Amino acid sequence: MTTSHTASDGPALSQPKMFKHGVILCLFCLGFGLVLSITNEITLDDISARAIEDKQNSLSQVLPDELHDNNPVTDTLTMTNAEGKELTVFRARKNGQVTGVAYEIFGSGYAGEMKLMMGIAADGKLLGVRVLAHKETPGLGDKIEVKKGPWIERFTGLSVGNPPIERWKVKKDGGDFDQFAGATITPRAVLKAIRSGLEFFAENKTALTKGD
Amino acid sequence: MANSDYKTIVKDGLWDNNGVFSMLLGMCPAMAMTTSATNGFGMGLATAVVMAASSWLVAIFRNQITTEVRIPVYILIVAAMVTVVDLGMNAWMHELYKVLGLFIPLIVSNCLPLARLEAFAAKQPPLPAFMDGLFMGLGFTIALTAVGAVREIIGSGTLFADASLLLGPTFKVIEMRILPSDMGVLMMILPPGGFIVTGMLVVVKRLLDLRAGKEIQMTGAHAV
Repeated sequence: MTTSHTASDGPALSQPKMFKHGVILCLFCLGFGLVLSITNEITLDDISARAIEDKQNSLSQVLPDELHDNNPVTDTLTMTNAEGKELTVFRARKNGQVTGVAYEIFGSGYAGEMKLMMGIAADGKLLGVRVLAHKETPGLGDKIEVKKGPWIERFTGLSVGNPPIERWKVKKDGGDFDQFAGATITPRAVLKAIRSGLEFFAENKTALTKGD
Repeated sequence: MANSDYKTIVKDGLWDNNGVFSMLLGMCPAMAMTTSATNGFGMGLATAVVMAASSWLVAIFRNQITTEVRIPVYILIVAAMVTVVDLGMNAWMHELYKVLGLFIPLIVSNCLPLARLEAFAAKQPPLPAFMDGLFMGLGFTIALTAVGAVREIIGSGTLFADASLLLGPTFKVIEMRILPSDMGVLMMILPPGGFIVTGMLVVVKRLLDLRAGKEIQMTGAHAV
């Protein structure tokens, strides 16, 4: 500690000394920068492979295997959603016919944006909804994850009209769906995201299902 | 100044000079990440890895790092180790990463690693420094798991819920339900619970030390 005190209290550092510190700091930055780029290089392929696996896993949960004979991960369509955001639509086909589509939907939760994947059959029935990423409170809001609870599975098989669109809300807001004890904002945000996803499907039904 | 006797290092790290309960360092993850015992345990282990690696590195370069630039260099080393752990876990321990990934970058902002680099690793040979980082990290793990366990039992009525996600399916057996689910006191999982439980455990630790006839160490980070 003593050296640093004299350095700040006493006369300014001499030029060569300051230069030496700069060089030391610079060398450490270079060295660890190198370590980081090597680590990045080594892990790059594995990380992107994991990301594709994750996408495949989440897609297979919302696009059941029996619905398609193609690979939805590569059969994509780029559309623009109501907020003007670019959206990748994954298509499930059987014998060339589009049997279902899946796309990401977004909600604004208690602690930031949440990202979900929604699968919907060509007839408008929900095939499933899964949370991909969220920042909700562990132990409270994270019950929206399928591994933490069955809540999110409640949506499978429902569609606009069953229940009617104005009842796609949590019970507290006069809708049909349970909120969690101590966390209403999170399920409310999920429901809002799902409603927007359903509306997106209704508005773009022909484009989504025509299959070219 | 502690000597480099390994027994002292282990005892200091795990109990006598415990990062959370004695030095009151690393309070941010100690409260934010301890909504369950499993979360606390995972965060603690990741911190221990980073601390062991960065203490070792700082000790190796202790003669090259000048006093004037030591703080930026320490932060650089901790940040580099955190990034390496983050990338490595993402690539090779992906399931674990999905549970802990959000917490890993927060280790950089934990002041416990920095405090140990300054107080111990900067003046010691690499091996004792490595041991100090490791056992300080394990002491941190014990503390976070304890805080998490108390909060989880009172708050959600479970203990080690989701441990199998972190440790593998064999650990399903340690997932316990202690109280019925509707008996949970929600406040314990929310931020106030973190302060209350951490405070109470600090008291418990000091009472145990008093009973054992030890002098209470009111040391803080710099007296080792």
